[in-house]
Amino acid sequence: MNAVSAVFADSATMLRRNIRHTVRNPVTLFNGIVMPLFVMLLLVYVLGGAFDIGVKYVDYATPGLIIMTIGYGISATAAAVNSDMATGAINRLRVMDVSRAAVLNAHVIVTTLRSLVAVALIIGAAFLLGFRPEASFLQWLGVAGMIVLTVVALGWLTVAFGLAAKTPENAAFAVVPLILLPFLSSAFVPADKMGPGVRQFAEYQPFTPIIETMRGLLNGTPSAASAITAIAWCIGLTLVGYLWARATFTKRA
Amino acid sequence: MNSSAISVSSLRKAFRDKTVLDGIDLEVRAGTIFALLGPNGAGKTTTVNVLTTLLTPDAGRVVVAGHDVVTETRAVRAAVGVTGQFASVDDLLTGRENLLMMADLLHLPRAEGRRIADRLLDRFDLVDAANQRAQSYSGGMRRKLDLAMTLVGKRQITFLDEPTAGLDPGSRRTMWEIIRELVADGMTIFLTTQYLEEADELADRLAVLDQGRIIAEGTAEELKHQIPGSHVRLRFADRYELDVARRVLQGSTKDDEELTLRVPGDGGVKSLRALLARLDEHSIEVEELSVHTPDLDDVFLALTGQAHEEAIAQ
Repeated sequence: MNAVSAVFADSATMLRRNIRHTVRNPVTLFNGIVMPLFVMLLLVYVLGGAFDIGVKYVDYATPGLIIMTIGYGISATAAAVNSDMATGAINRLRVMDVSRAAVLNAHVIVTTLRSLVAVALIIGAAFLLGFRPEASFLQWLGVAGMIVLTVVALGWLTVAFGLAAKTPENAAFAVVPLILLPFLSSAFVPADKMGPGVRQFAEYQPFTPIIETMRGLLNGTPSAASAITAIAWCIGLTLVGYLWARATFTKRA
Repeated sequence: MNSSAISVSSLRKAFRDKTVLDGIDLEVRAGTIFALLGPNGAGKTTTVNVLTTLLTPDAGRVVVAGHDVVTETRAVRAAVGVTGQFASVDDLLTGRENLLMMADLLHLPRAEGRRIADRLLDRFDLVDAANQRAQSYSGGMRRKLDLAMTLVGKRQITFLDEPTAGLDPGSRRTMWEIIRELVADGMTIFLTTQYLEEADELADRLAVLDQGRIIAEGTAEELKHQIPGSHVRLRFADRYELDVARRVLQGSTKDDEELTLRVPGDGGVKSLRALLARLDEHSIEVEELSVHTPDLDDVFLALTGQAHEEAIAQ
């Protein structure tokens, strides 16, 4: 077997294992699916009525909820990567000549798949709550593409966090900013309604253009400017996460 | 065939400015069990990590299964298996799934992987637990599964880093039996342990590692002879015989209450024969004779204690 097909075969094997981990670990499922649903109900039914933003709140909040769902899903990835390092599983794999790429790819891929399932459920729930997007089929594909780009970027960052952290607890803690950042973006209230300082932060942090891109697509009024900024952020974060993860893996394993 | 499975010369390894291995030489013959003994922090795991390509040596030459660990890493990896100190079984997978995952990572055909998994489950007495998740396994079962995972591939050399640490005596004996069977099948075993009893039971040769240096090397018997403490104990029927023997055998110490005499010696057959000849010569009747050699615990404490005193003296 040549090197490239070995990486594919090993990635598939590791992915199968990670999928089993996901479905057999109730905490992962709870964090990834139940928590975002809960926050969604909280925002739409409890808090949303208080925000006067000119449009139906569930229509406004859904793009932000999608991002938040991704954030909740990835904390499991950080912990999983870290426990692989701590338990010696990685050492065994290295002596078996399983490539670094296969181990790390599998974590990013399973994170992406898990997030896509959770996001699909959240969008389904949004429909039940009255979400009525205007997007055409192509615009829906654009939304899907934006989601995948975001998950891959956050996935690589999280894998790097997981590798760099000393303990699984630290690893899970390291991704807390990724869960909190959407609240400091235009996810749930428009940035121009925020206080000074916070507003500027919200305007320039990566989640705002990502969310605005999806919001535009879902409303049927896509914005090229925010899409370009969003894609640039995703590519940049993916690169940082990937290079950092690779360097940390080599150093630690 | 090259009869040397592992050959290490002047191996050095430091982490930042802390020297962990300070010039190690080892020679392990193929088809034997070699035990590396040492207290915590002596550098045992570091040695295993260098020998299994997980760490690169700073200096020295390390040849494993005929291949240099630095320049022929892949060939070394293809020849060795490692069962680490912390059982690296996957808790959320079942025993069988763990084994099948190894088979997949070794790119074995599916049917062959299944056959090997079934055979290993049977051999390690894990058939009943095969479809349970490893998180429900006892410590002994986890170690067995861990070793079985290492054995999915055909390995010439298996490294066992503290294979019985934390196991109950029954599980430990089972592990020993398995290790002996592996060697009987022609495998070479390199094990590290803190248990001297384990090294004594299993190892053909052993080395004592302390503070990054090999401070003793040889068979268990050779090591036991290296340190004082060997003696012959003679028991007599009465005080008279005891006193006669005490006068004849210089350097001996008597115990009047027990009616015994302790005669220092090297524990070897030659000196024992000489002792018996001397007793015959003086027509001394001995009720009971026993030879006492220090066990490896004595050796270990004496050797590591010495090294520490020397280090302090310097």
